[in-house]
Amino acid sequence: MKDMGTKSTTAFGLLAAATMVAGTIVAPESIAAQQQDQVSAAAPALEWDPNDPRIGLGAGWMDAESAINGMELLAAIPRPDGFFNPSTPADGRFSNTDLAFQDNLLIQGNYNGFQMYDISNPADPTLAVSVVCPGGQGDVSVFGDLVVMSAQETRGRLDCGVEGVADSISAERMRGVRIFDVSDMNNPAQVAAVQSCRGSHTHTIVTDPADSENMYIYIQGTSRVRPGEELAGCSGGGPDDPNTALFRIEVVKVPLANPGAAEIVNMPRIFADEQGNLAGLWQGGDHGEGTQSSRMTNQCHDITAYPGIGLAGGACSGNGILLDISNPENPTRVAEVSDPNFAYWHSATFNNDGDVVVFTDEWGGGSAPRCRASDPATWGANAIFRIGEDGQMELAGYYKLPVPQTETENCVAHNGSIIPVPGRDIMAQAWYQGGVSLMDFTDPENAFEIAFFDRGPLSIESMFTGGYWSVYWFNGRLYGAEISRGIDVFRLTPSEHLSAAEIAAAEAIMMDEFNAQLQPKVEWEPTRDVAQAYLDQMTRANRILNDRATEIQNVLNSGASSTSLNSLAAEIEADVVQIELGELGGDAERMAKLAAVLRGMAAQQ
Amino acid sequence: MIQIDILKAPIIALVALLGACSTGASTETAAPAPENDGPRIVQPGAPGQSSRTFSSTELDQVEGVSYTDADVSFMKGMIPHHQQALEMTALVRQHAVTEAVQRMALRMEISQRDEIALISAWLADRGETIEMSNMGAMQHEMMGMLTPEQMQTLSETRGMDFDRLFLEGMIQHHRGALAMVTELFSTSGAAQESTIFKFAEEIDADQLMEIERMQGLLNQMAR
Repeated sequence: MKDMGTKSTTAFGLLAAATMVAGTIVAPESIAAQQQDQVSAAAPALEWDPNDPRIGLGAGWMDAESAINGMELLAAIPRPDGFFNPSTPADGRFSNTDLAFQDNLLIQGNYNGFQMYDISNPADPTLAVSVVCPGGQGDVSVFGDLVVMSAQETRGRLDCGVEGVADSISAERMRGVRIFDVSDMNNPAQVAAVQSCRGSHTHTIVTDPADSENMYIYIQGTSRVRPGEELAGCSGGGPDDPNTALFRIEVVKVPLANPGAAEIVNMPRIFADEQGNLAGLWQGGDHGEGTQSSRMTNQCHDITAYPGIGLAGGACSGNGILLDISNPENPTRVAEVSDPNFAYWHSATFNNDGDVVVFTDEWGGGSAPRCRASDPATWGANAIFRIGEDGQMELAGYYKLPVPQTETENCVAHNGSIIPVPGRDIMAQAWYQGGVSLMDFTDPENAFEIAFFDRGPLSIESMFTGGYWSVYWFNGRLYGAEISRGIDVFRLTPSEHLSAAEIAAAEAIMMDEFNAQLQPKVEWEPTRDVAQAYLDQMTRANRILNDRATEIQNVLNSGASSTSLNSLAAEIEADVVQIELGELGGDAERMAKLAAVLRGMAAQQ
Repeated sequence: MIQIDILKAPIIALVALLGACSTGASTETAAPAPENDGPRIVQPGAPGQSSRTFSSTELDQVEGVSYTDADVSFMKGMIPHHQQALEMTALVRQHAVTEAVQRMALRMEISQRDEIALISAWLADRGETIEMSNMGAMQHEMMGMLTPEQMQTLSETRGMDFDRLFLEGMIQHHRGALAMVTELFSTSGAAQESTIFKFAEEIDADQLMEIERMQGLLNQMAR
């Protein structure tokens, strides 16, 4: 365990020095001491390797030093002229935010609209069109010819104008979700502007497998409620007000043949308890001594839909919830958890099997440094839950960026997505100025890092909000939306944690379209790479007999006939039986999958 | 599906970004693509209206809104407001008897310090000083700040009475902050800039939550 005392004092000394408060101020040491008291067994200190190359990286805006492991940086595309303020990286009006993907198109949302990049060569993204439509935060999704964008700021205009809206009540204001038709990419048209009471901080596209004519959008509003004079029916009352715009999400139904007719069709009270109390979940406050204070659950920050399993994961302020979305128009809550380490439930990501869900905690709101050496390892981190047969969630473990960041680097768990390696649960994730971190949570109780990229701070003097907002995997590459530096593109490289075959198997997954919050179910075709991936995993974990491994490797190397593939598969299946009977040691699950792949390969011949 | 038709973008010179606000509505039909003047920049109109294109010379309009005097006053006013909160939480460390109150005060201290740093940086970035001119007693009261007499009484109270008085005082204090935020959003042209919008929203959310929490603690004490 590191010497907590020294590091805490240093951290808080800097904190005190950074403020400019006159008058009687308590000495920083005692704040540190008090914070120390709050560090408990449940909120342990961060542990890290002192030789981690991410420590001590030189600062800079476009010329910071960087450290990389398990990946290579293919491209670093700065923000286009006119979409950043060259005098400071801190101009929030131009922040890059979210990403969505379709074919060779990358859509990058920002606080002033969105960019469309051609990524037919992922190592050389080319800006095609910039769409101006201010109103933050620019959360984006794509579905066919439609781009959906969230807007919540009071400067947002119905007509996408840049001049803002001065009046506190105005018919010209737009806060909600915008829908653009981009079938003619050079002339994107706004076809719908669905207004909502709290605006849209994020949104989630949800599909109904039985209904190809409509698309649904869940609106997560976290912002101030509009006056009823501006949008009829909006009320900011408490849970006793049956019309309150708090304690709900909005469901928009979009007829795909006529998206202009998109409208809110439901405003479900997903936090209600059995007595009908709208505020049925976390009431706000801490969980006892030494615990974090969690925000009241009167909103969802973000929802990830996984229609493939009929569920959505809701990261909702003071709780993580599961929603049954088998009827997308009417989502119902089926499970909920709270956590004494969470300040603000922010995002959800499922593993591919749908039996594990990762929630992220945005302690500090994203603009604060929360990866300091003194910050607990379970605060501002990921919490990983198993979903049981009964559909309920149980905490398995936590994961936090395993290296401290400086006092001027805003850092906390943020948006990411699954990297589709067969046999493993791996998530690539943004940590703001903490960089990119790849988390392996195949063993949910023991998640660990397998690759990373990090730059030095934007500045060592000022706390600029920057770093990665989102990092997502799409068709073989990792794309990072860097708030003030642009777009970075990475490719994974083989390492002790990830073999060439595992990477190849992941890169072979090609999708027409990808939205991180509309999680796709991945299925791997039976190929040599997939078989090799399973073998590599068992070898790495020392869970296969040398002889059997050699035999399998020889067959995979030799381009074997279907007969020998099937005969090997039969041998492996016999192994599986023995393993399950306890007569043989080994990884029954992977062996069974491997056998199935071999049979699949045989069938293709 | 979306058809891609790339217009190659030659390198363009940096343009001045401190431009005037655009006043045009987007109702005209889409202009022909500007002649090799930079990347294609499009501004869609309202639903049902067609888009218009910007040329690179119009790029300086993309910046749009700016901050107003009301924003500056709001930010400046927050500093003495937060400073008083820190004086109050300092008293908690010395005199509070309830653990929950101490924990809450510690958290407030940390977030208020972070916010003061943020406010100072925001003002400095815009060439504004920290000092407010003539903040009279009226404004003091509107902001929910405790009078010198109230602060004196608080510093002299002990035991559970201190805890209660602190909570009541801080609730009053936080309500003042909420009033300042409401005032800001009711002021024409204010809170348009993204950083102010976000900051004001966070103050709103945090302080409201803390008020509810403090009220809860007070209710418990009353039993």
